[in-house]
Amino acid sequence: MRQQFRFLQVLSHAGSRPRMDLLKCVLIGTVAIGLIRGNLSTAAAQESGAHGARGRSSYAALALAPEKARTKKNPFEGDPDAVLAGAKLYEQHCAECHGRKAGGTRHGVSLLRDEVQQATPGTLFWILTNGVVRRGMPVWSKLPDPQRWQLVTFLQSLNVRPSSPPMPEPPSSSAPAKNGSGEKYARHPVP
Amino acid sequence: MFVRNTSPLLGKTWTRLSFAMLFCMFASATRLLAQESPYIVTYDHYLEEPGSLEVEYFSTFGTQRGGNDFHAFWTEFEYGVTAWWTTEIYLSGQTTFDDSTIFTGSRWENRFRLLQREHFVNPVVYIEFENTNGADKILKEVEGHDVESNYAVPNGILRKEHDHELEMKLLLSSTFQGWNVAVNPIVTKNLLPSEPWEFAYAIGASRPIGLKALPRSCSFCGENFIAGVEMYGGLGDTVSPGLHETSHYLAPAVAWNLPSDWTFRLSSGFGLNDNSHRLLLRWGVSREFPAFGEMISRLFGGRP
Repeated sequence: MRQQFRFLQVLSHAGSRPRMDLLKCVLIGTVAIGLIRGNLSTAAAQESGAHGARGRSSYAALALAPEKARTKKNPFEGDPDAVLAGAKLYEQHCAECHGRKAGGTRHGVSLLRDEVQQATPGTLFWILTNGVVRRGMPVWSKLPDPQRWQLVTFLQSLNVRPSSPPMPEPPSSSAPAKNGSGEKYARHPVP
Repeated sequence: MFVRNTSPLLGKTWTRLSFAMLFCMFASATRLLAQESPYIVTYDHYLEEPGSLEVEYFSTFGTQRGGNDFHAFWTEFEYGVTAWWTTEIYLSGQTTFDDSTIFTGSRWENRFRLLQREHFVNPVVYIEFENTNGADKILKEVEGHDVESNYAVPNGILRKEHDHELEMKLLLSSTFQGWNVAVNPIVTKNLLPSEPWEFAYAIGASRPIGLKALPRSCSFCGENFIAGVEMYGGLGDTVSPGLHETSHYLAPAVAWNLPSDWTFRLSSGFGLNDNSHRLLLRWGVSREFPAFGEMISRLFGGRP
C-alpha cells in the first residue's frame, strides 16, 4: 500500500507530464476493459438463459429469507388498485430484466415459475428489499415499503402454472402482456 | 489576462456531440423510470442498475463577493458495471461572468457496495481520481479550507494551476419508512507530496412525497417527487484540522422523476458562514439508458 502511494507520489511530481499521461492511459484502459469484461462475463454467465444454473441460484435466494420476513403479511392483499399500481411499477423498474410478460430474459429469471409464485408475500418483499446482488439483481429498497408491497401484489396476481418453463423473451416487446399459455393475464391486465 | 475559447473546430465538435446526445436521449424507446434521489452533493448507497448508462447534466450558479458570479456545469456518464460496482466519468467547465468560459477538467469515480444485503446502515466505498485545473467551480464537494475568496481570482490565473487529486468517501446510508438518511465522510489528497490530506462531510435526508404508487401513470403525483435537504462543508486538513476558515452550506433539494424517463433536480444552497458563497443554485437533468452495456457488448462480439 505504501509502495502504491509512493508510486502515485512519483507520478504526480512536477515535470512528470509523460508519466501522468501514462497514468491517464492506464485509467482509461481500466475503465474500457472493465466495461467490456463486465458485460461479456455477464453475458457468458447468462448463456444458459433465465432457467439455467444461474436461474436456479437466483431462485435459491428465495430460501434465504429469514422466518420473520417470510411471515410478513401483505397489507395490500386482494386490493385491485394495488395490482394495477404494481403493474405500473413492474413496467417501470422490473420489465427491463424480467421481461414485459415476467417470463424472464437473459438478465433476469422468470417470475412465473413455481419458485416465485408459491413463495410467500413476505419472501418476495424480502427479495425486493435485499436484491440478489451477487447475481446482478440490485436492491430495491429505494422504492418505499408500500410500493414494494404493491409490486408483490402484482407478482402474485400472475399466479399461472405453465406446464413447461416459459421461454425468455426480448424486453423490448410491445405486445400486450400475456401469461405463459399465451392468454392475457386472466385476473388483472397490465395497463 | 482573459481567456476565451475561440476555436471554431472545438465549438463545432461540441455542438455536434450535444445534438447527437440529445437525439439519443429522445430516440431511446425503452421505458424505465429512474428513482433518483434529490441529492447533488451527498450520495446514498444506491448504485446504477447493472448494464444501464445514466447521462446527467448539472449546473451551478454561484454568487461571488469580491469577484464575478459564475455558472459552472458538468456532465456525468454513470454506468452500472455490476450490481455492486458503478463507474462514472465527469467532464466539467464554467463560465465566470465578464471573464471567460473554460473547460476545467475531468473526474473518474467508482463506487463499490460492500455488503450483499440491506442493513440498517449500508456502506459503499467511493474512490475518485480528479484531473482538474484551479478554475474548477462545480463545488461538487467543499473540502478542507475551501472558502469563497478562492473563487474570486480571474480564470486566466486559476486555469494555470493543475490538480491531480484522489478523493475517497465512505457513503453510509439508511432507508427506513420511506426516509433516506445519508452521511458521507470525505478525505481528499492532492497527489503532490507537499499537499496535506483534506477533510470534508456531506449529509442528507430525503423522502418521496407519496409513498404509495397510484394505479395510473402520472407526472405530477407525489410518488414522482422526492424532497430532501443536504448539508456539506469542509473540516480542514491534516495541517490545520477544524472548522476555522471553512465554508458550509445548507441546501433544500427536490427531484422530479418523470414517467417519460427523465429526472429533474433543483437545489438551492445557502452559505452558513461568511466564508461561504451566499447562494449556490443548482439544477440538473438526467436520463437513463437501460441495456447500454449489452449494446456495447454486441459491438465486441457478445451474444445479441
